[in-house]
Amino acid sequence: MAITRRKFIVTTSGVAAGAMAAPYFFTKSAKAADEVEVGILFSLTGGLSIIEKSLADATLMAIDEINAAGGVLGGKMIKPIVEDGASDPKTYNEKASKLVIQDRVPTVFGSYTSASRKAVLPVFEKRKNLYIYPTYYEGFECSKNVVYTGAVPNQQLSNYIPWIIKNLNKKKFFIVGSNYIYPREMAKVCKILIEQAGAEWIADEYLELGHSEWAAMVNKIKKSGCDVVLSNVVGDSVVAFYREFGNQGLTHDKLPICATVTSEIEIAAMGAEFAVGSFTSFPYFQAIDTDINKAFVERYRKYVNDSTAVTHHALESSYFEVFLWAQGLNKAGEATPAAIREGMKGQEMDAPNGHVKIEAENLHTYLTPRIAEWLPDGQGKIVDEYPAPIIPLPYVAYGETADSLFCKEGGLDTSKL
Amino acid sequence: MIDVIFIGLSLSSILLLIAIGLSITYGAMGVINMAHGEMVMVGAYSTVLCGIYLGLGVIFAIPVAFIVTACLGWLMERVVVRRLYGRLLDTLLATWGVAILIQQAVRLELGLSFFGIHIKGLGPGLQNVPIPDYLRGTISVFGADVSAYRTFIIFVTIVVTAVTWFLMYRTPIGTQVRAIMRNPQMAAACGINVSRVNALTFAYGSGLAGIAGVMMSGFKTVFPAMGTPMVVDGFLVVVAGGVGSLMGSIASAGLLGQINGVTASLTNDILARALVFGVVILILILKPQGLFSFKGR
Repeated sequence: MAITRRKFIVTTSGVAAGAMAAPYFFTKSAKAADEVEVGILFSLTGGLSIIEKSLADATLMAIDEINAAGGVLGGKMIKPIVEDGASDPKTYNEKASKLVIQDRVPTVFGSYTSASRKAVLPVFEKRKNLYIYPTYYEGFECSKNVVYTGAVPNQQLSNYIPWIIKNLNKKKFFIVGSNYIYPREMAKVCKILIEQAGAEWIADEYLELGHSEWAAMVNKIKKSGCDVVLSNVVGDSVVAFYREFGNQGLTHDKLPICATVTSEIEIAAMGAEFAVGSFTSFPYFQAIDTDINKAFVERYRKYVNDSTAVTHHALESSYFEVFLWAQGLNKAGEATPAAIREGMKGQEMDAPNGHVKIEAENLHTYLTPRIAEWLPDGQGKIVDEYPAPIIPLPYVAYGETADSLFCKEGGLDTSKL
Repeated sequence: MIDVIFIGLSLSSILLLIAIGLSITYGAMGVINMAHGEMVMVGAYSTVLCGIYLGLGVIFAIPVAFIVTACLGWLMERVVVRRLYGRLLDTLLATWGVAILIQQAVRLELGLSFFGIHIKGLGPGLQNVPIPDYLRGTISVFGADVSAYRTFIIFVTIVVTAVTWFLMYRTPIGTQVRAIMRNPQMAAACGINVSRVNALTFAYGSGLAGIAGVMMSGFKTVFPAMGTPMVVDGFLVVVAGGVGSLMGSIASAGLLGQINGVTASLTNDILARALVFGVVILILILKPQGLFSFKGR
């Protein structure tokens, strides 16, 4: 029997359609009625896995705790589907598509870098799904499909810069960062705040992300005549930076590094002696002296089976965001992305860092700014903190204030930019 | 000005330290050793483990790291590389595979993490190496305060280069290596045991990478993927300097390091990096064989 071309096409396309549809039917029928599936999307391999693995662990720990306490929607268990972003934005996009289209989860928790968030954003916006992002980031984003539970620039800097000028009595800033969107946006906000406070910035310099040769930059800092260094350096460059700083004979008591990214993880990696006396601004530190935080650190260490594991800001956000999500889901009453988003608006709870609340207009989170000085044991001593959580302003660099939000329920008000 | 030149010198010494082993394996044996960066990484981890389990500091870790990486290099030559001589692109792929294997071995704690056993000092996380007090801070050289640790690296690089020069140009084995570089068949015909000399050369080149790793561990983060960007710098130096030429590697490391250091000090690091790549391209256009090259026969 001769196979005509037409016949061939008809048969193969029929088979292909069947093959493509098959997983859909399988997943559909396999999905139990007493479960709510969610996606977990962090890099478990590759360069960023060191940090992102800890975020995935914190998210899974929160899911375990919610399940142990009876689950969501009156007794349904949360079932995590874990995917690996492999430290690569393109892989992030593929895995996000898989979770949203094939697994049809109503929510995905994930991302550490802005690059990976930007890569998955189109998937969630096009499919009207929901992404929950735990990391502090540069702001300048207003998506209906993302809930942001990390700090935005005003929550890391609006207390920090005036504090440096007033309490440390510093007047000349050297701003240094890794060369990509986050440090550059942070630098913009820094400059506005520095000028407002009547001080000056004398340099704004960048080094490639992941670059670890700091000799020339530190030498420049040394000769610049600055009296404080504001660091937006990210990743393993941080370690090389602090080490070079010490090795060139600079000390934090005369010329402190005030950082926005250096967390407990980087301090442990560089050796705490290189950071003693420097400062970092974050809403959360492992050293926060409350029962709820101590219990959290204890539980986390037990969960990852490592008695020396450290907790940090993005990790803590990865943890509490699941509870806010569960509250939102319970309020919504049904596990669909749109309903969960509506439900999450205004949700609040007592997290390890203090009281947190989702701002209904821009889906960012109220957090309490804190400043810590690093001690020889690798922990921060909290030297300043706001009495209450402050409103998140993702567009603060462009003049956003609490009275005039740019990012609102109806979307971004571009006329204000 | 002295401090700028010192930075250039320091960058040069780091480049040379990484490139010198590569120049030997690539030059002498025609093997593109993508696992060279992993040898650096293994050297750095040797330092970490020496510190944790033997209580040895950076200086005493140098011989340990040299022996560990040299043995690893020797094993690699015996098992993989020797079957691939004369197949340049195949060596690239095969050694890349070995590189991934070594990285994963460190990440998975030699496979023990599957059984829930953890070795302190290995694993996917970041490690750090404390540096002794006398290498911290600065020392004064010609009126400029320069980093003591970087001065130490320059010193180590000079010693390593001198030893390598001596081995290559003043010992019988060096003569044999250079004969193999020019023409392996003819060398074999003259009675040189090519396979033995090659194994030794490869082990020595890997050992030098281990020493580079010890030095790197003092100011860079130690983690499983740390070697990958270094091997790029290493090849840059070797290719621009001329394959198989010790003088070429020294000259090109010196040149590229100074260009990088001076440009970074005058403008910024990003431009400096671009300029370094630009200069390498220019060298390869004008002198495709590199700065110092000899004719193979």
